[in-house]
Amino acid sequence: MHNRPQHFHAQAEAALADTELRANFRGAMDYLRDKRKTAFADAAEESAIRDRAEAIRQRCLSKLPELLERLESNCIANGIRVHWAENAEQANAIFTDIIQSHGGTLAVKGKSMVSEEIELNDAMAKEGITCLESDMGEYIVQLGRETPSHIIMPAIHKNKQQVADLFAEHVPGFEHTLDVDTLIQTGRRVLREKYRTADVGVSGVNFAVAETGTLCLVENEGNGRMCTTVPEVHIAITGIEKVVEYLADVPPLFSALTRSATGQLITTYFNMISGPRKDDELDGPKEVHLVLLDNGRSQAYADEELRKTLQCIRCGACMNHCPVYTRIGGHAYGTVYPGPIGKIISPHLMGLDATQDLPTASSLCGACGEVCPVRIPIPELLQRLRHEAKQDPRPGALPLRGQKAAASNTEAFVWRSFALATRQPALYRMLTWCATRLRWLMPKKLGPWTRCRTAPRPAAKTLRELMAERKQ
Amino acid sequence: MSTARTAILDRLRRVNALPLKASEPDYPIWNDADPDAMLARLTGLLEQNHAEVLRLPRTALVTTLRERLAQAGIKRVATGTGGEFFDDITQALNGTAERVCFDRPLEEWKDTLFNAIDAGITGCHGAIAASGSLVLWPGPEEPRTLSLVPPHHIAILKASTLHTNLPAMMTDEGWSQGMPTNLLLVSGPSKTADIQQTLAYGAHGPSALTVLILEDA
Repeated sequence: MHNRPQHFHAQAEAALADTELRANFRGAMDYLRDKRKTAFADAAEESAIRDRAEAIRQRCLSKLPELLERLESNCIANGIRVHWAENAEQANAIFTDIIQSHGGTLAVKGKSMVSEEIELNDAMAKEGITCLESDMGEYIVQLGRETPSHIIMPAIHKNKQQVADLFAEHVPGFEHTLDVDTLIQTGRRVLREKYRTADVGVSGVNFAVAETGTLCLVENEGNGRMCTTVPEVHIAITGIEKVVEYLADVPPLFSALTRSATGQLITTYFNMISGPRKDDELDGPKEVHLVLLDNGRSQAYADEELRKTLQCIRCGACMNHCPVYTRIGGHAYGTVYPGPIGKIISPHLMGLDATQDLPTASSLCGACGEVCPVRIPIPELLQRLRHEAKQDPRPGALPLRGQKAAASNTEAFVWRSFALATRQPALYRMLTWCATRLRWLMPKKLGPWTRCRTAPRPAAKTLRELMAERKQ
Repeated sequence: MSTARTAILDRLRRVNALPLKASEPDYPIWNDADPDAMLARLTGLLEQNHAEVLRLPRTALVTTLRERLAQAGIKRVATGTGGEFFDDITQALNGTAERVCFDRPLEEWKDTLFNAIDAGITGCHGAIAASGSLVLWPGPEEPRTLSLVPPHHIAILKASTLHTNLPAMMTDEGWSQGMPTNLLLVSGPSKTADIQQTLAYGAHGPSALTVLILEDA
């Protein structure tokens, strides 16, 4: 049973109580922060790259429908088949159709958060198709029947002891060891056999270039290359926001992505895929498909402020720098995208009714906004979503799915009363007089607030009374 | 799913977003055009990323290749069927290692490529100094999996094909005018840090990358 955003508070408490999990995250986050700091040693350079990356993302989003059409026509001209899906169900139906039309039973999959979003593995299993994760971290997570706890380091919540235990349980012939090289070689041995025999390869997309009909894939391991090269069919899936206008838009975004994510100047492999195998070529997939998924993104797009959510290039830097994520880890959120970006994107994917607690899980310290390579104003968007979770849509604005789900009658009554009292001087004076004179009636316990704080107590006299005394 | 297409595009259009123009702020990027500086940068970064780099004159290619194969204990080598260095590779392999030519579709010899080949040799289309990357442009004569499946990838690069950075290379060569089916930047052997942030090489692709840079070619 996977975690759910509806149970965020309980999941966060459980994560906080797990000392091994907290140690794993502490170590990993310190490591990733240090790497990013080294990669962006020059503050002026960092700022310039972020400005450029932000400008590119905003321009491309401003032309999104046009660019999607251009991407589609250029992909088709290159021999790539393009499919559109409104939601997870439609996307999975597209996958099923393609794979079954080839009589396929095994698909190998490179890292793709969008495929997590549509729960592709479970949906394919229902159709009798095995969908095997091939990114080393994802493979480990899949063995443990878990979901990724970070968008670029899926198994970051596990230490090598836990990985070795998993291999001992699931990989035949594995001799228990804590040597990381041997552990990786074990994964390599299992997965290479699968690349060789798989009918279909699945991948995500980091940037889809409208100008040339090219799908770009950023990776270090080579599993992305394997999945998109060896099987006879390659299916790529991406959210509709990942399209960029020009090929020239790619280098600055790529640089911002790798430095922010893992502190690398560049990744080991950068794949640019612009079509299936040609007649005279001897390898590469014979068919390439691209699935364009909406799944709530057009809702975020409808509002100019919330549209900035879609600028995200999925580097995970906001998670690595978030004091909340660092302490509770990714699973506590119960969403595909955890941490700060997850808190602003999940309401569009799942509705605010399911995710109403997430925007409140922030200290609003601003760290996420300070490191975002495309300058998404995450803290401002969190505050906006806190409002949307409690209030009616603004006049003329489209409602978010589940808007006002967190509204509370008690809270609304308190605020209405406060507003009334502050507008009526006589009433205000009477209430403050009561509050100061009856201060001993103040309860000692105020729910969660007093679990680790002393309850506040009104002063003996009101401020107005004190000021009046001073004037005398 | 044409109904999905129409519905998605209609929703996006209804927003009437104001299209922004392309006038983006500049950002600093390594752009030294001095050939020695470029070569030093490429070599340094490739070595940092665990690749082995040998710089040699064109005339030393055959002997260097032969020595490298012997040192690495490579017995069976997959090669393409053509390309600029085909004759040199043929000569180097003669008497040194068994050669398997990639001359038929992958499906017909997948098992051999995956299980019985020690190294793959390819040329490079070019390289990028700023990021320390080789640019591979696979085609019928040198297919994609040649540089991916064998555990050791040996790449031959002409120093004259080195570009200062990726945007410069894209512009100089007019990539946006027509892309090949697969274009690839390679900046080291395959690696991962997925287990407890410990770097390990040879995750899925080659665990070793040897780059032979022909300095006078």
